[in-house]
Amino acid sequence: MSWASNLPEELLCRPTGLVILTGLDVTYNAVHKSIWDSFYNNRRPDRVPLQFQVVPGDHEYPKCRTNKKQSYEWYIPKGILKTCWMKKHLSQVPAVVVVFYDLDWDEPMWKEKQMECSTRVEIVRHSLQGHGTKLSVVLIQKNAPLPPGEDVVAAERAASLCSACDLSAKNLYVLPQTDHLIGYTIRLENAFYELAQGYYHGEARKVKSHKDFLNKTTHQLLFVRHQFKVAFFNEMKQDTHTAIKHYKQGYGHLLELRMHDSNILEIKTIAGYINYKICRLSFQHNAPLDGIAQFRKHIDFFKSKTGIADLAFEHSAWMSKQFQVFGDLFDEAIKLGLTAIQTQHPGFYYQQAANHAIARKQLCQGSCKPLSDKPSTDPLEHLKALDYYGQRPWRQGHQSIDPPDIQKEKEGIAALQADELKEDHSWLIIPLLNSAVAQFKKYKSLRMKRFLMVQMGQEYFHAKDYQRALMLLSKVTWDYRGERWWPLLTSILTTSLKCAYLTGKVQDYVINCVELIGPYTTCSAEEKTRIQMNLLRVMSNDAPEIETGLDPACVENAKQLWAPVSEPCVFNVEMQNIVPCVECKARFTSAAVAADQEVEVEVYLRVRCPFPVRFSKVSVSLNNPMYNQYLEVIDGHGISAASESESKEGNLYLVPGTPKCYKFSFLPVQEDVGSQLEITGVCVVMGSETARCAVMTWVGAGGDAVTPIQTALTLLPKKQNKNFIDWDQIEIDPSTKIVSRPALLDITLNHEAPSLQNEFYLIQVTVRNNEEVTIDNVVLSVVVPEKEENDKSTHLSVDQAEFDGIVINQLSFIDVGSMEKGETRNKSIFVKCLQTGSKYITFQVEYNINVVINGHTIPCACSKTESINLSTVSAFEVSVKLMNMKFETIEAIQAEEPFIMMPEIKCTSPWAVDIQDSDLQLTSCIEKTDNSPSQLNGVCLKKSECAAECFCLTSLNTAVTSVSLGSFVLHWKRRMDQTGGNLDHPSVTTLFTLPTVNIEHIPISVELKLPAYGNMKCLLPVRYVIHNRTGYPQEVEVNMEPSDSFMFSGNKQIHFRLLPGKPYEMTYNLFPLIAGHVALPKMHLNMQRYPGTMDPIIQKMLPSHVFIKPLGKSGKSGPGEK
Amino acid sequence: MAVCVAVIAKENYPLYIKAASADSELKFYYTVHTSLDVIEEKVSSAGKNANELRELYLGLLYPTEDYKVYGYVTNTKIKFVIVVESSNSTLRDNEIRSMFKKLHNAYVDMLCNPFYTPGENITSKVFNNTVISMMQE
Repeated sequence: MSWASNLPEELLCRPTGLVILTGLDVTYNAVHKSIWDSFYNNRRPDRVPLQFQVVPGDHEYPKCRTNKKQSYEWYIPKGILKTCWMKKHLSQVPAVVVVFYDLDWDEPMWKEKQMECSTRVEIVRHSLQGHGTKLSVVLIQKNAPLPPGEDVVAAERAASLCSACDLSAKNLYVLPQTDHLIGYTIRLENAFYELAQGYYHGEARKVKSHKDFLNKTTHQLLFVRHQFKVAFFNEMKQDTHTAIKHYKQGYGHLLELRMHDSNILEIKTIAGYINYKICRLSFQHNAPLDGIAQFRKHIDFFKSKTGIADLAFEHSAWMSKQFQVFGDLFDEAIKLGLTAIQTQHPGFYYQQAANHAIARKQLCQGSCKPLSDKPSTDPLEHLKALDYYGQRPWRQGHQSIDPPDIQKEKEGIAALQADELKEDHSWLIIPLLNSAVAQFKKYKSLRMKRFLMVQMGQEYFHAKDYQRALMLLSKVTWDYRGERWWPLLTSILTTSLKCAYLTGKVQDYVINCVELIGPYTTCSAEEKTRIQMNLLRVMSNDAPEIETGLDPACVENAKQLWAPVSEPCVFNVEMQNIVPCVECKARFTSAAVAADQEVEVEVYLRVRCPFPVRFSKVSVSLNNPMYNQYLEVIDGHGISAASESESKEGNLYLVPGTPKCYKFSFLPVQEDVGSQLEITGVCVVMGSETARCAVMTWVGAGGDAVTPIQTALTLLPKKQNKNFIDWDQIEIDPSTKIVSRPALLDITLNHEAPSLQNEFYLIQVTVRNNEEVTIDNVVLSVVVPEKEENDKSTHLSVDQAEFDGIVINQLSFIDVGSMEKGETRNKSIFVKCLQTGSKYITFQVEYNINVVINGHTIPCACSKTESINLSTVSAFEVSVKLMNMKFETIEAIQAEEPFIMMPEIKCTSPWAVDIQDSDLQLTSCIEKTDNSPSQLNGVCLKKSECAAECFCLTSLNTAVTSVSLGSFVLHWKRRMDQTGGNLDHPSVTTLFTLPTVNIEHIPISVELKLPAYGNMKCLLPVRYVIHNRTGYPQEVEVNMEPSDSFMFSGNKQIHFRLLPGKPYEMTYNLFPLIAGHVALPKMHLNMQRYPGTMDPIIQKMLPSHVFIKPLGKSGKSGPGEK
Repeated sequence: MAVCVAVIAKENYPLYIKAASADSELKFYYTVHTSLDVIEEKVSSAGKNANELRELYLGLLYPTEDYKVYGYVTNTKIKFVIVVESSNSTLRDNEIRSMFKKLHNAYVDMLCNPFYTPGENITSKVFNNTVISMMQE
């Protein structure tokens, strides 16, 4: 049947002008061959659209019929369009014939050659008689041409050649044999193209001119034919806009034709051709909407023009082809840059084409019969060689309404029907569906794509390719399940089941059964019963009953496939990929299980098929496979044992709708303590392992076959019923944690916070065994979890307070040994915090114990952790004051002069602190002036109390100007008193760094030897001792200022030389005149080497006042009175 | 004069489908199901400018040779689909709109029934009668 709806090749191609080249000997002449190649090969799209042929010079062209004009009046057209017409103009009647001839302008035998050339031209011209074909001559020359006008001979000879050949000078070309042949070729072909366009233009006008001779009554067909021809010539001319205009006019004339059963096929055929041209040119002109509108109009018009009922399949075939061709055109346009949208793309047309193809198949199956007896002459023998497109082969050229020969007509229809029966429709439908699938996928219509795949699957089913049907259908069921379109799923599964039956695939058959008998499919109850009975048969190693509505031949094949198996056939059914009739939920009963407790697993099973089901085994697998041995139930009966009888073994007989619970328990192994146990899968086995055996598996802990839709109602709490299991209330819980056995142990931490900085802070750890039995390997670990690796500010020691400068922040495995029941052990932990702040310290006690459960002795490791957050404060604040011997605060000390350092200790500790000793660690150049014991020994400081002591120091003669004094060492201890804590903390030594001071070097030093006090009107001898601290003799001037308070004797003004190392002494006798705190006479000192600078320094060195006792009343004189 | 009326849940499973004739039911199931492609696309493209109020009526979803499929999506993403025959030229856009309005009202009335659990298949007689009346008009 494809003959009537197929589009001929000459219609599908892009029409291009035909140019014939003659006089080229492409076989033997290399020059000619290269010329031909340059025309013919590698035609890129930028070259002019022409088609070239090379023929011999004496080629016969189709004859031209010239006598039309006279005969139109009596001419009755026999059809719309002749089948040979397009082909003739595309490949036989040339627009231009080119005569190639080897001739140089300086040819010696010019006359003869010219003669030969004109003869050739004449032959060609003769055979083209009647055609408007243009003729040109190309001279192939060996010499390169001279510039125009210079070659007189050439001009003269060219003129003579033209006249000899009766040729216009424009149509004579010269082709020199050069290396740049292609350039000449392109120029030549552009000239030919122009000629060809002129030719086609002329042809089109010639056809148009016939219009005046036509009349509407008899020449209706010619209106269509002429418009088509004009359009086609315009297309040859590459004037597509004019072409589309004429095609549209032709189409319009076509629709005006009288249509009846005998010519409808011809009209539809031509309509299809013209429609194709219009749509194609519309897309080419980037007017896709015009094309779509034209196609719509075309289809709407012809949709109902079925023709005679016996050949209705022909109409469907034609419709299918129309859609397919348009789809192809649309797709082609998209490839060239057109954009389509979700609701308008080629897929719809392919889909419609497929639908019509399906309709064709159904019509064919409904009405076609094979030929009962072969007629004497085959009415279809001219099918391949029709004169006119779309006519019946047995009555070609016939245009009347009724067929001329009724008998012949019947035979013809019967032959066509018989022919149609040979057609394999499925293989027409499937590729169309395939194209549509690709398009819908591209335009984001996945549901449509799936629907088409279902159709494809069904078509494979009809084509008896059951394997492929099964595979295709199984690909799409997933999505219908996910979107819960049960009626669609049921329909697909029913087909799949048939395929599985026919291919004898046990696994697929069982999977389909398990899903179809479930509660969600929309099969009738009887159907489900039938399917379940078949499932039972298959699992009992019998053959299932035949599915309904199948091809008998295939059923016979299938019966053999279902013979009982002798080899075991075990296969897997992944239940989470389908919506099965069996549901499973597994759970651990608690989220955490101690190491000495049993892990409990519950598996709930529910079947929801029409009849009860007996399984042979239920097992659960965990992430640690060593437990799996505890997690299975095996049924003791055969699959067909129907009742729920008592048995020692597990009973896996499930009544529809009633959930059943299977409980398992086991003790965890020691290695799993601390890890997570997970249910990795549940497996329910149906059938016997020796014959057919379906292993239904759930990954994880199973769940509902269909996740319930969550609504506000499902979130409301429901009433619990103790008597039966409410399936919806069962929550799956696929994991549990094995935790170590809780420790029956007390850890008491006895300590007195806060701790003091640098103190060995005692924490007494008391461990008490509360277990019923002795525990072993009790170890204590103390850890200060450091936030940073380098932060080492907390030192730990056990039993003894010791610190050798290496910080230990972790005490692991302090052995406590074995402990009897109720026994208590103590450990002292000393914590030395080197920094203030808070610290987190954890104490962990681990031990081993043997627990006896159910006669098993399980070694368990238990541990208990306590932690404290210890804050540390500093115990003291120490401030240091430096003073001169006059107890005046000084900034710098003077070399070799004594000075006083006074550390002042302020207690900041909340606890009372006993100071046991204090000392100085001085740098080498500083010395104590005396060796008095510590003044703080035995002092007790409470919070905010202060203590101070005083050291007199002197610096040695040193060159350095700045010196760190050293450290102040304090030995102290937390006071142990009755009211406070009762822990004996060890004593602590703390070093406080003393400040750095500057040392001043003064060249001179003056010392005043003065009694502690003087008496009124008694002699007070004083002596100034002046030291030279430099290495050189110094000139010194001393001037004593007179004073009102004293009379004195001695040098008032003196100049002397002071030698290094030898002090100079000056003695004065003072006679006090006033009592009280009296200013001494001022001594001014000037050194010649440091003029004017020494006096203020000296004033600081010397005491300024002295106390003078008044005259005592007689008899009451003081002890110092003389 | 619809030939098929369908109500589809937010999760895209059917709550109610009524076809004019029982033998073409499966075909209409597929028609309605495939129309969800276009509904999803239209709803998601309308959702991009959230400020504008989306019109519930989606218009003609896609034409087939024989049927026209119209869509309507409520604010709670319940989808209504009405299929009419292509040859039926009396039904204009306005008629289709009023059919949807009527369907929506019937759905809301049905939903108000306290014994109906949202998400279950619609079995209400009143709703069914409304749909049947729409198919017989």
